[in-house]
Amino acid sequence: MSDATPQPKGPLGRFLALPTDSVPKTVFVAVMLCLVASMFVSAAAVALRPLQEVNKLIDKQVNILQVAGMYEPGVDVVEAFGVFEPQVLEIATGTFTDQFDAASFDDRAAASDPALSVALDNDPAGIGRQAKFVTVYLLRDDAGGIDKVIMPIHGYGLWSTLYGFIALEENGNDIFGLQFYQHGETPGLGAEIDNPRWKALWPGKRVADDNGELQIHVAKAPNASGADYHIDALAGATLTSVGVNNLVQFWLGETGYASFLANLKSGDIS
Amino acid sequence: MSQTRRQMLIDPLVDNNPITLQVLGICSALAVTSSLQVAFVISLAVTFVTAFSSMFISMLRNHIPGSIRIIVQMVIIASLVILVDQVLKAYAYEISKTLSVFVGLIITNCIVMGRAEAFAMKNPPVASFIDGIGNGLGYGLILMLVGFFRELFGAGSLFGITIFETVNNGGWYVPNGMLLLPPSAFFIIGLIIWAFRAWKPAQVEEREYKIQTVESH
Repeated sequence: MSDATPQPKGPLGRFLALPTDSVPKTVFVAVMLCLVASMFVSAAAVALRPLQEVNKLIDKQVNILQVAGMYEPGVDVVEAFGVFEPQVLEIATGTFTDQFDAASFDDRAAASDPALSVALDNDPAGIGRQAKFVTVYLLRDDAGGIDKVIMPIHGYGLWSTLYGFIALEENGNDIFGLQFYQHGETPGLGAEIDNPRWKALWPGKRVADDNGELQIHVAKAPNASGADYHIDALAGATLTSVGVNNLVQFWLGETGYASFLANLKSGDIS
Repeated sequence: MSQTRRQMLIDPLVDNNPITLQVLGICSALAVTSSLQVAFVISLAVTFVTAFSSMFISMLRNHIPGSIRIIVQMVIIASLVILVDQVLKAYAYEISKTLSVFVGLIITNCIVMGRAEAFAMKNPPVASFIDGIGNGLGYGLILMLVGFFRELFGAGSLFGITIFETVNNGGWYVPNGMLLLPPSAFFIIGLIIWAFRAWKPAQVEEREYKIQTVESH
């Protein structure tokens, strides 16, 4: 409003009265605006960070509770999650390690850290690099023995990487549930992996047969191993179903948790 | 000021709607209308950003050098969008997960820039603020309309509440999967524009060319 002040007072007043398009004024406006805007944005980011971190954590915990069949809307997530025992698992040996703090170990960061992951040559799940360590969650029964184990799985579907959890019973062979918490599949087709009716097909299925051969498969029709190892593929979502099939076989097979599951079966881990 | 404030608020809803008349902001109208809840949140976010960016830009309008005015507008708009994104992540995490990048993409929504450049640079702050609210609501109105049809016929629900029980869940309704994909919004917006222009013929654009009558030789 330079026209409203015919006699600018002081150095600031004279400066603001400069023609708007002059170089000093242009630089001044640009610098001031950037300063004010950046303070504004960083203040918001810093002030809201703790709330956002809590949200992320709760979201993950809700998914773990859901795959373990323990989630009801309105439940106190933090309290309900307290019954789980997080452990960092070394995939190659199938044993727990104390190298990392299980509460703060970041699976995603580990998968892209060259020191903590390996590049895959044979990569049916389409994940590129596989972490050497992952966080698994144990649910214990009243006597202190393992009741369920919940393991993270991920792999490529049609459009996106699917991130989820699979829950197995203490024998390391019976599936209790499977749930994806992050994906970008087609709504109405591939995204039906979130459909409770499809997820309900998983409980009770078996991973490997009595000879220890991995038999679990997601397909249109059961193969020779029979219905105990077969999950019906999603109609209209062939590539997503193939992706789920590949990633489940990858993670439950020799490339994934096979040694951990063997340790569970033999009772070496308790 | 020829327009009253009331008019400034109501005009963008139908008579001067940013989507149906000016055909701005189509990109996000395709992306975020597959469910009503998401469309509602993004409408609120766009209304907030348009209103406050218009107000701040209008407050500074006499000090914004012409040579960098678009950049100045973008900085103000982008700051507000980041603020909205951060608030959503903190207080509505589920929705912000569904919206993902589309909150950030409000920056590129032509309506926000359009109002800043066309209105806020020439009008006082309060008027610009009301103009921003009006245009945000006009945008939101179309988004909700499109979202209504897409969610109802694409997923058989409204705001996530089942209206038609779909076959996948053991009901009778076979959902139209195409409506869940972005291109379907093109058809619906086209039909809405047609309906608006049939209702208010003043919105029909003049032809840029004239079809010549063929003369027989």
